[in-house]
Amino acid sequence: MAIHNILTNTGEWLRGDGPHSQIVVSSRVRLARNLRGFAFPGWAKKAERLAILDAVKPAVEALPEMAEAFSVYSQDLSALEKQVLVERHLISREHAAKGVGSAVVMNRKQTISLMINEEDHLRMQGIRAGLQLRNVFKMIDKLDSQLEERLDLAFSPQLGYLTACPTNVGTGMRASAMVHLPALVLSEQINQVIQAVNKIGLAVRGLYGEGTEALGNLFQVSNQTTLGEKEEEIIERLNKVILQIIEHEQNARQMLLQKKPNTLLDHIGRGYGILRHAYCMSSKEALNLLSFMKLGIDLAFFPESYRQPIDELFMETQPAHLQKGTPQKLAAEERDTLRAEIIRAKLIDFPKPATEGRLEKGNGSGG
Amino acid sequence: MNCDVCKQTSATVFLTQIVDGKMQKVNLCEPCSKEKGVTDPTGFALADLLLGLGAAQEIEKGGGAVKCPTCGFSHADFKKTGRLGCAACYDVFSDGLSGLIKGMHKGTAHVGKVPARMAKSIEREQELKDLQRGLRKAVAEENYESAAQFRDQIKNLQA
Repeated sequence: MAIHNILTNTGEWLRGDGPHSQIVVSSRVRLARNLRGFAFPGWAKKAERLAILDAVKPAVEALPEMAEAFSVYSQDLSALEKQVLVERHLISREHAAKGVGSAVVMNRKQTISLMINEEDHLRMQGIRAGLQLRNVFKMIDKLDSQLEERLDLAFSPQLGYLTACPTNVGTGMRASAMVHLPALVLSEQINQVIQAVNKIGLAVRGLYGEGTEALGNLFQVSNQTTLGEKEEEIIERLNKVILQIIEHEQNARQMLLQKKPNTLLDHIGRGYGILRHAYCMSSKEALNLLSFMKLGIDLAFFPESYRQPIDELFMETQPAHLQKGTPQKLAAEERDTLRAEIIRAKLIDFPKPATEGRLEKGNGSGG
Repeated sequence: MNCDVCKQTSATVFLTQIVDGKMQKVNLCEPCSKEKGVTDPTGFALADLLLGLGAAQEIEKGGGAVKCPTCGFSHADFKKTGRLGCAACYDVFSDGLSGLIKGMHKGTAHVGKVPARMAKSIEREQELKDLQRGLRKAVAEENYESAAQFRDQIKNLQA
């Protein structure tokens, strides 16, 4: 399959169907694996990395799940193509920086992607829409079980799967859910939630992982530790916490509706107005405004049938996705102009927020 | 004392390296040390940034072998990168790593998935250990009949 097909068709998880999909955008699970007898990619010389690649790539391509997969060496992808894959969370930013000696293999549905010679010899990732950590784990665990018949993996009875970084040793598993929490941010409860989550050994990060900003009120919640706990236990613990976060977000939304409807509507209305009438927009601003549009649909200020264009814009307004639609290289300013144009076109017949009967009345005498 | 490399400027960086178990002392001047890639010892080690403050010292505290015989990775490399060189490094640096791992994880022993082919060999290893323990005990008790049985079982398992 050609890269062209991958780039033009969005993955299954981007189409937003799944349990709790209003708040949980996606669920991801990745496993880190290494071959016995080879240095880890960061330490291996080029010849050794190529030998690893030669051992791993055919083995993953031969998996039944990866029939008709898209498989490519890192040096054969342009910087832009890699960036598109990063924006879709199909490869990591670290992997995008790799050249000769690395590769990526992903299935047609874009639910499974395997990075070869990232930080570890093999990183297998499963991603699905909504909250379905268990399903995603099952999917990727099955893949791993098939693969271990073909590959001799570095494993220690005491420490489990051995990884380049000791933070991943043991299960080598990182499970995460991307959650949309605009009401917790608006009601300034988000820091409390983050602190509470951190206390129980889970991490909360921004949109693109470690050290990134929480743009668009999107957060990633993941397990911090990988040793001393079974995979299923980690998944269950995370799942439980996500369900609690969903409840907090829903409570915060109800609280805003009842106690501060004007504040809430102000954000939704501004989002609506600016997105529909701006002529220059950064991707950061777009994400933050789209977040309130999404909230507006969740709270029925907009009809449900307008959910899809908003969800699509979350991805289409990202810098690399924007650039891939145009033949000439765009400067940042030109991108901002084009972004505003695309958004305006997409929202041209978007109805006004339905505020009838939901507005807090002024106190009569006014002022 | 002059720099060992340029032999002109007086040395300000004193580097002690242990290569293949032999200690080597090198005295360098500022420009030569930079050129040779000797990083600023007062600077932040990447290991500290990635794994938490003190990670770099923790691994050095472990002592033992300084360099992994399989891949040539050293404490200094860990300090620089925060990553290990190969799977064998976990054994080589186990003393230093155990403190580090204890601090960053829920437990110190893996309880999760075991590769199917490993499961068999791990089981076999355990069985072998049990038999060898039985053999030692039998010999100590001068129970040669049972010792012979243990010996045969061990032979069978190893065949």
